[in-house]
Amino acid sequence: MSRRALALAGIAVSVTLLAACSEKPQTNTHGVKFDAVPWSGTGSQANTGTVFTSPGWKVGDKTTWEQQIKTRMNGQNEYVKEN
Amino acid sequence: MARMKFVCDTERCIECNGCVTACKNENEVPWGVNRRRVVTLNDGVPGEKSISVACMHCSDAPCMAVCPVQCFYRTEEGVVLHDKDVCIGCGYCSYACPFGAPQFPSQGTFGVRGKMDKCTFCAGGPEANGSEAEFEKYGRNRLAEGKLPACAEMCSTKALLAGDGDVVADIFRTRVVHRGKGAEVWGWGTAYGSQQAGNPPATEVKR
Repeated sequence: MSRRALALAGIAVSVTLLAACSEKPQTNTHGVKFDAVPWSGTGSQANTGTVFTSPGWKVGDKTTWEQQIKTRMNGQNEYVKEN
Repeated sequence: MARMKFVCDTERCIECNGCVTACKNENEVPWGVNRRRVVTLNDGVPGEKSISVACMHCSDAPCMAVCPVQCFYRTEEGVVLHDKDVCIGCGYCSYACPFGAPQFPSQGTFGVRGKMDKCTFCAGGPEANGSEAEFEKYGRNRLAEGKLPACAEMCSTKALLAGDGDVVADIFRTRVVHRGKGAEVWGWGTAYGSQQAGNPPATEVKR
């Protein structure tokens, strides 16, 4: 009886160990997944930001996001900066 | 907004590889994968030129055209992205891309070619914005944080510009008009001590 229990325990341990060797699922039957728009922010809730979100725009508002990106783009032009 | 583009000014790029490091750090790109790299022409020869290269987010992307599983898509901002859950790692895109942007990490004990990885314009991918899954697969989503790609924002000489194609083209045009060429360039006299306007140095007088 104890032999049988031991064998069963051994099998259970083997199965558990082998399960760790399995691969992550790589299939997606629905094709390319939906990608959220950038102005929806990076917070866990929709239309929220995180501490990494740049100030100067309202998360969820496309117009302010575009303005924010445009400001940063023009920040690359040192000819408009005061030296 | 038009289309997001990169422009690299070869007159300014000093081959510091700051963009490469910024990209690697920001997106925690694995060893052997270089989403961005600096290419130098005539390395070591006076007048050498360097250019920072990554995915150029083509308007008519050849990678997208040849992909057999249609894993690529283009966002509203013109950023070319792909779904790693659909990608089969066949490598067709790497043959089609004229910039060598698609990268393939070696995975597992035998170094099996993994799924394609490339520059995302710091726009993440088809996972929830800012999620762990997005970061693991595609890296940071800086666009959704109201920022531009880390490589361009880190560039110390502002050789690498990122953003709306019209805006970066305007910035580049302004530069070219202002800086002129040869001895007209600001700082030429300080750097070279003469007004020789890009001519080779005068030959030494024989003793």
